[in-house]
Amino acid sequence: MTAMNTMTTIKSKPKMKVGSHRACIPVASAMLVIIAVSFAAARKADHAAATKDDSVYAELAKAPKKATARRNPLEKDPNAAVAGGKLFERHCAECHGDMAEGGRKAPSLLADPVQQATPGTLFWILTNGVVRRGMPVWSKLPEPERWQIVSYLKSLAPAAKQSDDQRKSPGR
Amino acid sequence: MQPEVMRSRTGAHFRLLLRFLGLAIAMLALPARAQENPYIVTYDHYLEEPGNLEVEYFSTFGTQRGGNDFHAFWVEFEYGATAWWTTELYLDGQTTFDDSTIFTGFRWENRFRLLQREHFINPVLYLEYEQISGADKILKEVEGHDVESDYAVPNALARKEHDHELESKLLLSSTFKGWNVAENTIAAKNLTGGNPWEFGYAMGASRPLALKASAHRCNLCRENFIAGVEMYGGLGDRHSFGLRDTSHYLAPVVAWNLPSDWTLRLSSGFGLNDNSHRFLLRWGISREFAGFGEMVNRLFEGRKP
Repeated sequence: MTAMNTMTTIKSKPKMKVGSHRACIPVASAMLVIIAVSFAAARKADHAAATKDDSVYAELAKAPKKATARRNPLEKDPNAAVAGGKLFERHCAECHGDMAEGGRKAPSLLADPVQQATPGTLFWILTNGVVRRGMPVWSKLPEPERWQIVSYLKSLAPAAKQSDDQRKSPGR
Repeated sequence: MQPEVMRSRTGAHFRLLLRFLGLAIAMLALPARAQENPYIVTYDHYLEEPGNLEVEYFSTFGTQRGGNDFHAFWVEFEYGATAWWTTELYLDGQTTFDDSTIFTGFRWENRFRLLQREHFINPVLYLEYEQISGADKILKEVEGHDVESDYAVPNALARKEHDHELESKLLLSSTFKGWNVAENTIAAKNLTGGNPWEFGYAMGASRPLALKASAHRCNLCRENFIAGVEMYGGLGDRHSFGLRDTSHYLAPVVAWNLPSDWTLRLSSGFGLNDNSHRFLLRWGISREFAGFGEMVNRLFEGRKP
């Protein structure tokens, strides 16, 4: 390309010329403020999730009837809970704890409201998340993988019962 | 300045440096999560998980008629501020063969989820501020009358031009039976007056190669691969909206989500008309660090009594 053509190319797309880096200062300041606010917002969301467990469990009751009535198509699949455990470890354990016992950011999944919820309800929560309280939507996992996680959560019932017994009789 | 004050400041700087070093070391120990889509240009409606940081590196190799081929690259730091807000910083650079390697600017991007729950079509609002030079070649989006000849300008000349742009996108995305279909409309404006609004689009479809997870950990299982295709291009500007003097690309894409928590992406893009680069080869590698926000809070908050 000749120099003439080159200049023509530039002229064809007029753009603003910023003479110095002065424009960077307000932008950088704004970015720092926003980043600080985002950290604060994330912290507030974490705090809300950790301190309002009842509200988080109350979300289970919001599942529509049609969703709660859905059956787990993989309930007879012997590998579903094992595969679900692998998925749980990868995507859920960071917030809900390695054994689903709950953590700073998210409630226990061994608690009665979760263990007594229908598979359809758990699937609905996984699909829709509880965005306002910090739980993301997990519809990016294909449906069968979400059902595998539901199978895993339901397989935790004995551990949940043991945990419940210990909570009721801490002296033993 | 008093020597005590200087010592105190040096000590403060040293402590700050130690904290940053601690942060870098601690990041290596953080658990990582990966379930990423394969798109490089198109966005779906899934945001970063709250408190997580994803660090990504991408490259674009492009052929250039009337100029030298190039290798453009960028680093992304993507942070999930909340479950409905993701903020992201990009640092761009490029090497034009037989010319030079230069830093070309930065972008600051924000995505906001507009609806709380999952719907058949899920909208996300995207707002980006970018300050890049005319030599930027990452082609992260194509808009307005962007055409191949714009990229033939030698670096020394192109870098004198500075873009100072606000870009908005409406991201629409659906997931059905394992398929994700996403459509993005772009409207961009140079922040100083005179330049018209420019428009563009990107769309993509993708699906994991297997919808069920296997019971064992594996690298080469089909469930770890997501394949798809994306298409993107310009739609002119406010004065001349349409396909005239615009460029368009079609690109098969694939992502490999490794159980070791790394994601690799590959895309080969083909220009669809004479205004487009003939071939764009893109690849990227990323890793997501879970609990980054919490860790930063702990490091900089100090110990609680």
